[in-house]
Amino acid sequence: MEVKVKILRFNPEADKRPHYQTFCVDAEPTDRVLDLLEKIKGYQDGSLAFRRSCAHGICGSDAMRINGMNRLACKTLVKDLGRGTIVVEPLLGLPLIKDLIVDMDPFFEHYESVMPYLVNDEPPPLKERLQSPEERARFDDTTKCILCAACTTACPSFWSNGRYVGPAAIVNAHRFIFDSRDRAAAERLRILSNQFGVYRCHTIFNCTLACPREIQITKAIGEVKKAIATGSLE
Amino acid sequence: MRVHQFDVVVVGAGGAGLMAALYASKKATTAVVSKLYPSRSHTGTAQGGIGAALGNLEEDHPEWHAFDTVKGSDYLGDQDAIEFMCSEAVRAVYELEHMGLPFSRTPDGRIDQRPFGGHTNNITGKPVRRSCYAADRTGHMILQTLYQQCIKNNVTFFNEFQVLDLILVNGVAQGIVAIELATGEIHVFHANAVILATGGHGRIWKITSNAYAMTGDGIAIALRRGIPAEDMEFFQFHPTGIYKLGILITEGVRGEGGVLINGQGERFMERYAPRVKDLASRDVVSRAMYLELREGRGVDGKDYLHLDVRPETVNKFAALDGRTRPDGSPYRVTTEELLAKLPDIIDFCRTYLGIDPIQQPIPVQPTAHYAMGGIPTNRFGEVVIDEKNRVLPGLYAAGETACVSVHGANRLGTNSLLDLIVFGKYAGLSAAEYACQTQFQTLPKDVADFALEQLDSLRRCKGEGERASTIAEEMREVMMEHVGVFRTAEGMEQALKKLRELKERYRNLKLDDCGKVFNTELLNAWELGNLLDLALVTTASALARKESRGAHAREDYPKRDDKNWLKHTLAWLKENGEVKLRYKPVVITKYPPKERSY
Repeated sequence: MEVKVKILRFNPEADKRPHYQTFCVDAEPTDRVLDLLEKIKGYQDGSLAFRRSCAHGICGSDAMRINGMNRLACKTLVKDLGRGTIVVEPLLGLPLIKDLIVDMDPFFEHYESVMPYLVNDEPPPLKERLQSPEERARFDDTTKCILCAACTTACPSFWSNGRYVGPAAIVNAHRFIFDSRDRAAAERLRILSNQFGVYRCHTIFNCTLACPREIQITKAIGEVKKAIATGSLE
Repeated sequence: MRVHQFDVVVVGAGGAGLMAALYASKKATTAVVSKLYPSRSHTGTAQGGIGAALGNLEEDHPEWHAFDTVKGSDYLGDQDAIEFMCSEAVRAVYELEHMGLPFSRTPDGRIDQRPFGGHTNNITGKPVRRSCYAADRTGHMILQTLYQQCIKNNVTFFNEFQVLDLILVNGVAQGIVAIELATGEIHVFHANAVILATGGHGRIWKITSNAYAMTGDGIAIALRRGIPAEDMEFFQFHPTGIYKLGILITEGVRGEGGVLINGQGERFMERYAPRVKDLASRDVVSRAMYLELREGRGVDGKDYLHLDVRPETVNKFAALDGRTRPDGSPYRVTTEELLAKLPDIIDFCRTYLGIDPIQQPIPVQPTAHYAMGGIPTNRFGEVVIDEKNRVLPGLYAAGETACVSVHGANRLGTNSLLDLIVFGKYAGLSAAEYACQTQFQTLPKDVADFALEQLDSLRRCKGEGERASTIAEEMREVMMEHVGVFRTAEGMEQALKKLRELKERYRNLKLDDCGKVFNTELLNAWELGNLLDLALVTTASALARKESRGAHAREDYPKRDDKNWLKHTLAWLKENGEVKLRYKPVVITKYPPKERSY
C-alpha cells in the first residue's frame, strides 16, 4: 500500500523557518514509522535527518511527534495510525537543530541535576547488598526509563518554562529515592522541592500517555511530591 | 579543526567503553567520544543476564563456568583469558550491584540467577542457574548504571562525535580524529592511550538483532591503519530473532522453560542435544533450526519455527524433563511469573507481531547477533598486532570490538556482558597506567588528512552515481545467503566477487546532503564503507578456514579439524582490497580439546 508521510523539515543552513514536505512511500501495514523514514532517506531524499539506533524501543533515540503524539518511530506501526497522511514532526520544547533532530543537551542536563546515581558511602559487604523482592519492586517501574524525552517534551509545564527539570528527571530521581540501598533521598528531595522541581507538575498526565515504556510517570511524581510533603518514604 | 588533549581517549560509550572510562578516569584525564548518547548504546538491548558462578541458588564454581566457556568456544577460546574472566566474574557482578544495579532478587534478598544456554553443572551436565539478571533488561540496567556512575565521577563526554581515524605516530597510538555531528567540525583528540570500544558489526547481514549503529567502526579504522582483525569468520547467529525483523528474543525465554517447536509440533532440539535440549549452545541451536527448515519442517511451510513459552507448554515439558526448583519441588510457571520475568519480550511480541506470547507461540528465525572476532588483544586490553602477540603501544580495545579471545568460535549467552565489564575495566586500568608514564609526541600537520580524504571522496560524487542504500541492501542479502549459518566454498567465492563489485560501486555514490549540520547521510555512507571492509575480511577469513567449528559451519568441510585448524586467524586488509591471512596458536591451559556434544 502507498502511504503519505508529511514531515516538518528544517535545514539550518538553508531555511529561515521549518516547512512541511510530503513523501509517498510504499509500505506494509506492519512497517514501523522508522521504516518509512529509512525508505525516504534511503531512496528519495538522503538529506532527511533523524536519530535512530536499536529500532525496537530500547535505545530511546527516535522519539518524535507522530500525528501529534510523542512516540518512538520504531515502536509505532503504520497499521496503528489509521488511514490518511502520517504527520511527523520534531519534539517540542527543545531547540530544533535539523528536521527531526532537536538539541538533547538541556534534557540531559536536567537528568544530571537530580543525582541520578546510587549514593551509599557505607563500606559494601563482600557479596551483594541484600534487598528483598518487595524492596526491589518498590522502584521497578522507574528503572525502565530509556531517556527518550517523550515525556518531558509532552509536558505543558516544560514547554512554558524549560528550566523545569521535567518528568524524566523526576522519574530517575524516584528510581533512587525509593531504592532501599540508597542514602541520598533527602538530598534529591531537597533538589526537587525547589521552584523548578516537582511542584511545576500539574498532573496533566501527558507524560504518562507519552511514555513508550508505559511507566506510571504521574504516579511516580506524585510519590515524590508526597515524600517531600510528609518527609517520609513510606 | 579543534585539538583536545587527554591522557586517555575512549571511543564508544557502551558497557566496555563506560567501564574503561570509569577506571581510566580514576587516574588519568579521560574523554569518552561516542557517536551516540551513552544511554543509546547497544549494550542496553542485552536482555537475559550476565554470567557469574555466584552459586546463589545451587552449587556452581568459576572453574565450571570456565570449562563451559571453553567448550562453548569449540576450543578456540584462549584458556588463560577465559579462566581469568570467569574468576573475575563473581567480583564483577558484586561490583555492579554495589554501583546500584537493580538485579532481580531471590526471596532472601540475594541476586537471582536463571539457567542459560551452554551453562552447566559440570558433574551432572544439566543446566545450572548462573545468569544474574534484572528481569529481561539486564543490559539496559548495566548501561544505565555505568552511565550514572560516570556522571557521578565527572567523566568527560563528547557525545554525537563520530570517530573517523586512529592516529599512529612512530608506531605508537597518539589519539583519534572525529567529526562532531552537530557542526560537521573535525576534532583531533590527542591522547597517549586510545581505547576502542565501538561494538560489533551485525549490520552486515540482512536479518540482524543489531542496532543501525553497529557498523564496526573501531575494527575498520584499525584495519585501515595496518592492524589485523582476529577470527572474523566467527559470527554468532542467535537462534531466536523475531521472524523477518530479527529483533532479539532472549535465550532467557528458554531458560524460563520455553521450547522450540517445528511445523509438525515436535520439540526438535531433543534430537540435536539430548541432554540440555533447547539450552544447547547458540551455534548448535541455530544450525538445528536451519536443518529443520531445510527439511521442510518450518511452520506452515514457511521459513520460521515457533518459540513456545505458554505456561501450559512450559509446564508440560518441565514435567517430562523432570525439572525441579532449587528446593527440589517440581518446576512449574504461572502467567504472573512470566509477565514479571519477561516483560519486554512480551511487549515486543505485542507491538511488532500483534501476538501475546502467554497465549500464542512466537515465530522466530536465527538472527545475526554477535562478533566473536575483532581487534586482537591480550587480557589487559592491549592490542596485539601479529602472531607473536607484539603489543602496539598505547592502543587498547575492549568489548565486542575486541577479540581477547574468550569466545573463540562461539560465545555463550551472558558472557558478552561479562566480557564488557571485566575487560573494559582492565583496558581502562592498563591504559591509564601507561598513559600517565608516557610523553605526548608531536602530531604531524596533516594528522586529519586521511579522515578528510575519506569524507571528501564520498562528498565529491554528488549528482550522479547510485544511492548507498542500494549497495547496503545487496551486501546484506549476499552475506545472509552465503556467509550465514551454513557456508560452502562456492557460495563464499560468489560473495567475495559480489563484495568486490560493491566496493567498486561504492566509489561512485550519489549523496543529496551537502551540508555540515547533522549530515547523517554522509556519515551513514562512511559507515557503509566500514561494513563493506568487514564483510570482505569476514568472507575471506571464512573461505580460508576449511573446517567446521562453532559458528563457522562449512557444508564442504563438516568436521572440526584440530590438527590443521586449532588456531586463530589474523587478517590484514591491504589498500588494494586484498586480504592477507596468517594464523596464531590457541592458548590451552587445562582443557584439552574434546568432542563437543550437548
